[in-house]
Amino acid sequence: MADRNADLRLENLTKRFGDFVAVDDLSLTVPNGSFFALLGPSGCGKTTTLRMVAGLEDPTDGRVLIGEDDITHLRPYKRPVNTVFQSYALFPHLTIFENVAFGLRRRGVKDYQQKTRDMLELVELGGYGDRKPGQLSGGQQQRVALGRALINEPGVLLLDEPLGALDLKLRRQMQIELKRIQTEIEVTFVHVTHDQEEAMTMADTIAVMNNGVIEQMGAPADLYENPVTTFVANFLGQSNLVRADVIDTAGGDVVVDCHGQKLRLAASRSHAAGRSAWLGVRPEKVFVAASEAEDHTGVNVLTGGRVTDVSFVGVSTQYLVATPWGQELMVFEQNTGRRPAFRNGDEVDLMWAPEHTFLLDADQDAHAGLMTPEDIE
Amino acid sequence: MSAAPVPAGPQPGSETARRRGWGWLLLVPGMLWLAVFFLFPTVQLVFTSLYDPSGSYEQGYAMTWHVANYVDAVRDTWNLFARSFLYAGIATGVCLALGYPLAYAIAFKAGRWRNVMLVLVIAPFFTSFLLRTLSWRTILSDQGPVTSFLQTISVLPDDGRLLATPVAVIAGLIYNFMPFMTLPLYASLSKVDYRLIEAAGDLYSSPFTGFRKVTFPLSLPGVVSGTLLTFIPACGDYINAELLGTPKQYMVGNRIQAAFLTEHNYPLAASLSLILMALVVLMVVVYVRRAGTEELV
Repeated sequence: MADRNADLRLENLTKRFGDFVAVDDLSLTVPNGSFFALLGPSGCGKTTTLRMVAGLEDPTDGRVLIGEDDITHLRPYKRPVNTVFQSYALFPHLTIFENVAFGLRRRGVKDYQQKTRDMLELVELGGYGDRKPGQLSGGQQQRVALGRALINEPGVLLLDEPLGALDLKLRRQMQIELKRIQTEIEVTFVHVTHDQEEAMTMADTIAVMNNGVIEQMGAPADLYENPVTTFVANFLGQSNLVRADVIDTAGGDVVVDCHGQKLRLAASRSHAAGRSAWLGVRPEKVFVAASEAEDHTGVNVLTGGRVTDVSFVGVSTQYLVATPWGQELMVFEQNTGRRPAFRNGDEVDLMWAPEHTFLLDADQDAHAGLMTPEDIE
Repeated sequence: MSAAPVPAGPQPGSETARRRGWGWLLLVPGMLWLAVFFLFPTVQLVFTSLYDPSGSYEQGYAMTWHVANYVDAVRDTWNLFARSFLYAGIATGVCLALGYPLAYAIAFKAGRWRNVMLVLVIAPFFTSFLLRTLSWRTILSDQGPVTSFLQTISVLPDDGRLLATPVAVIAGLIYNFMPFMTLPLYASLSKVDYRLIEAAGDLYSSPFTGFRKVTFPLSLPGVVSGTLLTFIPACGDYINAELLGTPKQYMVGNRIQAAFLTEHNYPLAASLSLILMALVVLMVVVYVRRAGTEELV
């Protein structure tokens, strides 16, 4: 059996269904004991990737390794990997106790009874052993599914949209719970989700997937603050993207011309290859100021804006500001009460720090990764 | 919906209660039908079984509460009962063994052929039961291809026959009742969530263990209804024994048919019918209870 305390490695993993490439030459390493999230919209190949690790799908090409052990073509029941299935897949004819004990009993573990009771305690279902899955609430079923997988002490625990069937409040609660359990038992979690907030709250590392490839991988804050593609910029949170031309790359900074206004950013935050680029900034990083009202040294400024929409959301106010070239940019402002809110039609300037600016390749679709109405459940 | 602390049941005189009262009316036609065509004949059958057997079709029967009819019936025909249950039991077992893999394949492996395969399972019903059984006479006849083939490969001796043997009768039963087994099995299996089978594999079950621990228990409702739908009519069947067998293979159905239609011995026929009915009900109750207490949800 493979070493349970080793990294999970995917090497050039590819899966084709007929002409459709679900996963395209994907390589990544999940360090042992980490909480890893595969994030992407539906159909991006994240579930297929997970199923290949679980052994439920046979890769067209490439390898799956745990440590040095190649498990690419091992049958599912021979892998040191367990899965928390989407909608749980609990056995309806067995009790909660029997569900959780299932894996241990198949492997002939002698003291399965004690271990099962301990696991039911860990997932806070101590008194529920005799019930059937149908008698439990969604959140409880979720914990049974988790316990049923974890009791086998897998080298890697795979979670396929485990919280997707829960309502928002319960989902937040289970996110914290999952993170607590993961920290407690130090098992590698590979979590597949389309919910960017879920991925960011729980994971140490996120891999953003789109069209079968990884767009960007890193710590949640790095991905959010410094996205390298328009897809990541839009899928993870929201972004303002405006056309800009690179005019100077001398020194540590990149200077761009954005519709006649000069803006700058650190070279490490520029991911544009050519001269033409998308300049990006997150809405909450932008300050609105009355036209020509403030000092502009050391900040990026776009002048000549006009407020076209104001929505008050309690903790913040969200503005839409039209630029002189007719594009609408988003600004989220904390309601600190420092000054009265702007109103529709007010002439404003937009300001943000160069270290909150990022530059993306102009060849990319500025709308990639934007939520369409179908994506919102 | 508001989360009321007490479940809101129908209050007396409330809108819901009155509407429910009307709903019962929909049952009336069915109940009437059953009363006229099932309850009344059954009561009539019970009375007939207690008539004095010395009466006749022409002269009429006297009601003498002649319980001895039952004793006579059992004494003369217990071997027919035994044979009926044996044949029906074997046919049910073979139907299950053949029908389960078929239903499994249709449910999980057939893909876009699923509907075609289902139609093929039902297709025999498009011709009459009698015609199909008659054609089996041809198939199993002494000069027929099946018999010659089995003789050639020495499974049957050169003068061996298929027709007019228990094998032919049981084969006929299997053929005729196969859809009654396959369809409930399919209905049960197609409801089994494939992810449960994947989950079993993920939890260290080999495909066989996964089947034993998950797929089969979940298909038990289909197994129970399939075996009942096969066993019950097979017990009372007489066409297969009549057309494919000889009096040596006759089942209790043949005796009942003869008593009713040829000998006009109504008391005997009625008591045989009731004994058969009682025995089948008894077996079914025992069977369903056993299956029910073990694994059925």
